[in-house]
Amino acid sequence: MNGIVAAGTATVSSGETFGFWILAVLTVGGAIGMIASRKAVHSALWIALTMVSLAVVYLINAAPFLSMVQIIVYTGAVMMLFLFVLMLIGVDASDSLVETIKGQRVAAILVGLGFGLLLLIGIGGLTVNTVVGLDAATAPAGGNLQAVAQLIFGRYVLAFEVTSALLITAAVGAIVYTHRERLVGKPTQAMISRARFKSVTAPRSPLPAPGVFANHNAVDTPALLPDGSPATQSVPAPFQVEGARTFTTADGRSITADFEQEKP
Amino acid sequence: MNPMNYIYLSAALFAIGAFGVLFRRNAIVVFMCIELMLNAANLAFVVFARINGTLDGQVVAFFVMVVAAAEVVIGLAIIMAIFATRRSASIDEANLLRS
Amino acid sequence: METIAAASGITSLTWLLIALPVAGALILLGSGRRTNAFGHLLGVATIAGSFVVAVLLWLNMLGKSSDQRATRDFLFTWMSLGRFKVDVALQLDQLSMAFVLLITGVGLLIHIYAVGYMHGDDGRRRFFGYLNLFVASMLLLVLADSFALLYVGWEGVGLASYLLIGYYQTRESAGPAAKKAFVVNRVGDIGMSVAIMVMFAAFGTVTFQGVFAAAPSASTGIVTAIGFALLLAACGKSAQFPLQSWLLDAMEGPTPVSALIHAATMVTAGVYLIARSNPIFEVAPNAQMGVIVVGVITLLAGGIIASAKDDIKKALAGSTMSAIGFMMLAVGLGKSGYVYAIAFLLAHGFFKAGLFLGAGSVMHGMNDQVNMRRFGALRSVMAITTLTFGLGYLAIIGIPPLAGYFTKDVIIESAMARNPIIGTAAVIGAGLTAFYMSRIFFMTFIGPKRWTQDVHPHESPVVMTAPMVILAIGSVASGYLLMRNQTLQRWLEPVTGFTEPDGALRPLVLTGITLAVVALGIIAAVVLFLRRPIPETAPSKVSVLVSAARRDLYGDAFNEAVFMRPGQWLTRSLVWVDNRVIDGAVNGVAAGLGGLSARVRRTQTGYTRSYSLVMLSGALLVIVLLWIVRL
Repeated sequence: MNGIVAAGTATVSSGETFGFWILAVLTVGGAIGMIASRKAVHSALWIALTMVSLAVVYLINAAPFLSMVQIIVYTGAVMMLFLFVLMLIGVDASDSLVETIKGQRVAAILVGLGFGLLLLIGIGGLTVNTVVGLDAATAPAGGNLQAVAQLIFGRYVLAFEVTSALLITAAVGAIVYTHRERLVGKPTQAMISRARFKSVTAPRSPLPAPGVFANHNAVDTPALLPDGSPATQSVPAPFQVEGARTFTTADGRSITADFEQEKP
Repeated sequence: MNPMNYIYLSAALFAIGAFGVLFRRNAIVVFMCIELMLNAANLAFVVFARINGTLDGQVVAFFVMVVAAAEVVIGLAIIMAIFATRRSASIDEANLLRS
Repeated sequence: METIAAASGITSLTWLLIALPVAGALILLGSGRRTNAFGHLLGVATIAGSFVVAVLLWLNMLGKSSDQRATRDFLFTWMSLGRFKVDVALQLDQLSMAFVLLITGVGLLIHIYAVGYMHGDDGRRRFFGYLNLFVASMLLLVLADSFALLYVGWEGVGLASYLLIGYYQTRESAGPAAKKAFVVNRVGDIGMSVAIMVMFAAFGTVTFQGVFAAAPSASTGIVTAIGFALLLAACGKSAQFPLQSWLLDAMEGPTPVSALIHAATMVTAGVYLIARSNPIFEVAPNAQMGVIVVGVITLLAGGIIASAKDDIKKALAGSTMSAIGFMMLAVGLGKSGYVYAIAFLLAHGFFKAGLFLGAGSVMHGMNDQVNMRRFGALRSVMAITTLTFGLGYLAIIGIPPLAGYFTKDVIIESAMARNPIIGTAAVIGAGLTAFYMSRIFFMTFIGPKRWTQDVHPHESPVVMTAPMVILAIGSVASGYLLMRNQTLQRWLEPVTGFTEPDGALRPLVLTGITLAVVALGIIAAVVLFLRRPIPETAPSKVSVLVSAARRDLYGDAFNEAVFMRPGQWLTRSLVWVDNRVIDGAVNGVAAGLGGLSARVRRTQTGYTRSYSLVMLSGALLVIVLLWIVRL
């Protein structure tokens, strides 16, 4: 570790100062990008940047263990969970940034700025005369990882055990929250059929299979109707990319299919 | 450079996170803002650990990460449950407290 | 004061007297329709059993010397609170014995009569259950050895009378009449409970023995207070002025009930109470004078009311008021009156029961009509009833040698000896009695027929006439038997004491005067009701006195104006205060809070972000404050 970063020392080298400024720009930029993105996926990517940058900052500050945990737990597990949920509830949905609650935005800016200012003033009141550094603290154990392990399994072992209970509880809670009882029986084929015939718009017959009379049987190629025109319904919904597309039929004709897809 | 600059960075991140909580309506983004605030706190812990020469700050930061992980699990589960019934991830939609 | 021995031998069966009718009442009222077939017979049998026990006890008592006749049958301890201890024990002495014989004897006859009278009534079993309860309560009242236990019987009598007066549940007037009797009785009961409380406070005991032993040494104020409280109680139960108003309405009950109330139970309770409490009244002359005043007022008022009533039962009820007034007057006279009061009470039990049963027999034959203006000439079709009623009539007005002569004459004599004004009032009362009883007899049995179209009068069955005959015999003979050789005087002397009245007038002269006044009353009745035709509807142009008497001398109007109206006004104003002031304050507070809450609620938008904003602002504020403090 010490080979990579000469960190944890009492003095702050000029190299560290240089690194700090780069990392500071990255973290703050990531944070601002997160709250400014209209799409939640972009926000997730921006905050991932912030978190990785913070991992580097931890590394510089003599916390290699935390740095690894930051990358594994935050950027690895937590952010993947975020993205997973985003995929489940609609990755394309983009937020409107127009404020609906009257006065909320102004108040939010004021409170945010006030908070920041107060913290700055409060921290500014502190004067750090000496930076002790962690060399002395880690040396007896033989390294940062060993020293932290001694603390976790020594002085903080009870808290550590409690966090294990917390994690199990959280797992059970997540299952309870997302588990849904089926209130009515699973619809049978007969019920689905009846419902389809009751509906005015739903097709009575099965949808045409894609690519039947086309020059190849790829699922994104529409089938051809007897008059030679393409049947856009035959293409499964996920492949109905909006707009006009041109296909070549088996007999060499060129056909244009116009997919009209309403926005969800 | 004074190590206090890290603390200023931490304060800035925290303020941005707080503003984001108030500003964004997408529940998942709000969650990210909360994570950002937790990270800002962690940064402060780590830097103070270095300044004071004890590892306790790092251990506390470690526990914060564990708790944050549990919190994310539950929070996202709640968002999923709300989304399942309301087809929306906007926190303004879930205003059942009103009536 | 005589000594009271613990019960032994046959006297330890005293409890049977009460237990039999109680058992009858419990079986009849508790068993439902199963006992409908034989319920009335069971009711009669229990009273007959009580009567047999009473006669056996009486014979046993006769065999003892006069100062050893009283016994006390201890049953169990009712309550024991420190030094205060109340037993359930039955005291059987000469006074109780006289009442027990009257209650069970006359009660038995009325029960037998009721078998015929209530024949065909759907609720006959229930009726006999109530009758048994009535008799049992009255027996408990007269056998109690303490005021507390007496109070139990006292209230039981009130309850039973309420149930019996309201017996005809389908009749609209029966309910209010029963309620009235109950409420007016409660007013008297307040006197009873006050008396018991004062006794407990002053003497620390409520037993007869304890109270009577302590009374002579107590202060005049206390015994006078107890005396007046007991008088109020007696007024309520005995329908004396000013609590007389319930008695006339009590005629709503079936006729056997009226007979029972007026002859054997209920109204005699007040007389018993005062006679029993004689050691208290002996040392409280003011209370005694109160008793006399009440008695005189009631005997005159009852006579006047009875003279104006066309309803045969109400006329007889007025007569009872008057007669009980005589008894009250007598017990107020002290040692020279107790015995005569009891004598008149016993004789009155015979002839008043006979008169009421006779009236019931008339009603039985006349389709339950009670208006005497539509009677007349019934002697031709109801020979036995006419004979028994006539004997009762002659007895009550005091024609020698019937019961009334022996018993009422001595009261007048004793009253005259005390004070000529009281005596004169009693003589006038006797004349009034003669007048209204003659009126009743003439209007009902003599004179031309004034019957309504649909009636076919007939004599009652033997089950009804037999008791009437026995009572008529009693009406004739009881006075002589009681007063001959001072039998009753010697019998009661250990309990109530007795002194011969010592008047200025010679008894023979006074008897002559009384008989002359009685004759005047009869003549007046003959002139007014036998010589003149009786209009079939009551004439409306009548003197002030008659119209007042028809309205019970404005007793109800007085109650209404003095108690009911202010009571209603008070209630209404309290309701207004409750609605406007109390509810207003409560509702006002609620409305104020509600309005405030509605305004505060507007801040609750339900938006999570608003709440977060408030939380962060709060945190900010806290930090700012901390910072300011540190500056």
